[in-house]
Amino acid sequence: MKKRKSISYAKWGYIFLIPFFLVYAVFSLYPLISTFVTSFMDITVDQGFISFSGEQEVNNGFCGLQNYTAVFTGEIGRSFYNTAVMWLLGFIPQIIISLLLAAWFTDLRLKIKAQGFFKALIYLPNILMASAVSYLFYGLFSQGGGIWTIINDITGYEGVLLDNAWGARSIVALINFLLWYGNTTILLMAAIMGVDTSLYESAQIDGANSSQMFWKITMPLIRPILLYVLITSLIGGIQMYDVPTLLATSTGYPGQSLLTLVMQIQNRKDASPGIASAICIVIFIVTAILGGIIFYVTEDRSDKRLARKRKKSAKEAV
Amino acid sequence: MKLKRFLAGTAAVVMATTTLVGCGGGDSSSKAGDSSSSAPVSEQGKVLNIYCWNTEFQERFEKFYVPNADKSVYDGVKINWIQNTNEGNVYQTKLDEALQKQQSASADDKIDIFLVEMDYATKYVNSDVAIPLADIGITEDDLKNQYDYTKQTFTNPDGKQVATTWQATPGLYMYRADIAEKVLGTSDPDKVQEQISDLDKFAEVAQKMKEAGYYMVSGYDDMYRLFSNNVSAPWVTDNKITIDDQIAKWIELTKEYSDKGYNHGTSLWDDQWNADMKKDAKVFGYFFSTWGIAFSLRDATVDEKLKDDGSNAKEGNGLYGQWRACPGPVPYSWGGTGIVACQGTDNQELIKDIMLKMTCDTAVMKSMTADETVQDYTNNKEAIKQLIDEGYTNPFLGGQNHLALLTEAAEKLDMSNKLSAYDQGLNEKIQSNMKLYFKGEKTYDEALELFYSDIKALYPNLTH
Repeated sequence: MKKRKSISYAKWGYIFLIPFFLVYAVFSLYPLISTFVTSFMDITVDQGFISFSGEQEVNNGFCGLQNYTAVFTGEIGRSFYNTAVMWLLGFIPQIIISLLLAAWFTDLRLKIKAQGFFKALIYLPNILMASAVSYLFYGLFSQGGGIWTIINDITGYEGVLLDNAWGARSIVALINFLLWYGNTTILLMAAIMGVDTSLYESAQIDGANSSQMFWKITMPLIRPILLYVLITSLIGGIQMYDVPTLLATSTGYPGQSLLTLVMQIQNRKDASPGIASAICIVIFIVTAILGGIIFYVTEDRSDKRLARKRKKSAKEAV
Repeated sequence: MKLKRFLAGTAAVVMATTTLVGCGGGDSSSKAGDSSSSAPVSEQGKVLNIYCWNTEFQERFEKFYVPNADKSVYDGVKINWIQNTNEGNVYQTKLDEALQKQQSASADDKIDIFLVEMDYATKYVNSDVAIPLADIGITEDDLKNQYDYTKQTFTNPDGKQVATTWQATPGLYMYRADIAEKVLGTSDPDKVQEQISDLDKFAEVAQKMKEAGYYMVSGYDDMYRLFSNNVSAPWVTDNKITIDDQIAKWIELTKEYSDKGYNHGTSLWDDQWNADMKKDAKVFGYFFSTWGIAFSLRDATVDEKLKDDGSNAKEGNGLYGQWRACPGPVPYSWGGTGIVACQGTDNQELIKDIMLKMTCDTAVMKSMTADETVQDYTNNKEAIKQLIDEGYTNPFLGGQNHLALLTEAAEKLDMSNKLSAYDQGLNEKIQSNMKLYFKGEKTYDEALELFYSDIKALYPNLTH
């Protein structure tokens, strides 16, 4: 008699995975495909009409890339600009301050006291709900609010910063900065602490100063994490919604200068689902590309490189 | 093996029981789902779903309907309030979604009542989702005391009235007696009214106020309804937006007021707008309908939060008793909430009772107007007349009888050919975008372009 067939438990793996794929297909994959299809349709919903017998929705069918053209031109095109500007205004100070704080906290010579306390303090804003912070800032900066009064007393400026395009954008950027710089600091600190301390020691012995060590040792070695921070922040940035919405009460006030892409989706989803879907798809593609870059950069390719080297040397040997 | 069988058996029993329980709840109403409009009283649903955008109706319902309810239809019915904010068309969107599912929804999930505001009443009044009042059993005679303009607003093109409201909303100008005394030399409503009886005179007084260090109105939007309710044609005709001369006049006037410093530059419902009602603020008056007293002014103007027992609702608490009301420069109305019975409801008897008690019953409506925390100018001529005859005075308005003033104004109101189904969005967007023009951040043309662009996102089927 031959050896008995061994029992395979592999199928159980698949069976236990079924619920996930089922949920994924119903709640993620199907909506994704249907969004994709809708993004090529010319649909208008008449918000001033409701009836059991007549249709609110007028579907003119397939319309080619019309919705996508609309995304990159006109008002929605401007939203791209708004989103990018507000992200940049928040991200640049964020990365500078975070790098500075991370460098100070990890500096061997500075030996800052009560590090744990400060780290917790810096990270604290990140725990707060973005909407709560926006609401607070709205109160502070609007007419009669605390900061408005201070500005008014000092400069005599009667206007409201939130009524000015750049003023309002700066406030959005400030909130995003306050919420996220702590998180970035912690990430960068982890990256810097991952750098071999003997490098710094030998640099010190060779007479390098702090700024030389920072630019020549720290920066090159934390580059992958920097890139990771940049791209995750970009992905978060392109989906910016809650802070500007609460400051601008969904209209993108003042003058649509706070209208981000996701706000455009919200504003249009009821009346023109085709255009709203096209915006979704564009965001999806951009996010996917950015995610792909992270994946490519952070993937550990040392094995492959080693394999290539071996192959090469083997060839040479032949 | 035995254990397994036992478990399976138990499970089956449990499941069967739950199913039975599920049916049990509806024993008297199990047929309600397919009951026709002529269903007898006994076949009423057990859940009443009401769509609303704030707690205004709910408060009135609990205070005035519940004690007066017809117990045979009200008892045992669970009232479900489904609340969504009006702003940004959220309420309409949610309501429309629910209406689209109305025909397939189970009896207890169906909408029974929904509320409509003047700004979009037309959309629902002209639709087949509303049940005409006559079909519920409310007769012309029941509605005889209501103001004609409210009936007109809620009448569909077939001439059937489909909604009814408990409030008539003639507009007022509410001003501070202390400032009037100081600047105009009198606080008597008739004399003040004489000085502001048209827009030119109003502006003259505004200039006086400015010289004395006061603002005539708080914000940019305060005077909007004076114009928007006197337009010559609705916002939208045949899917085309027209900016009526009255709206243009509002823009022009508000710009002038802003440049001259007649207003304080606030926005409707803002914190600062509310704060301007306080004693130490510098604003002379507010344009409000009667609901504004209880809904906003009363709470915002006092120093010590008003207690439920009304013990501190007296002069000396902030500006309580220091406000006066007069009709103002232009007759107008603002707001008004219609109650609509939704097609497919299984609670027609209850809805009929609610509508009758809340919007037709003279005694109930009288108490509603007299109630310190409500003060609605109720949609019942008889109730108002009785109150006036009984010598009604309003302590918040320093003992003034403002109802007498309003009776005349309410009779004259006419809302025909002024409302479109898109008014909510159009009113909201013109106010928010023109604000930039008033503040000098944008030119008129830029602000107008932004308005059209906002509207294109909201109502893509409209042109201009």
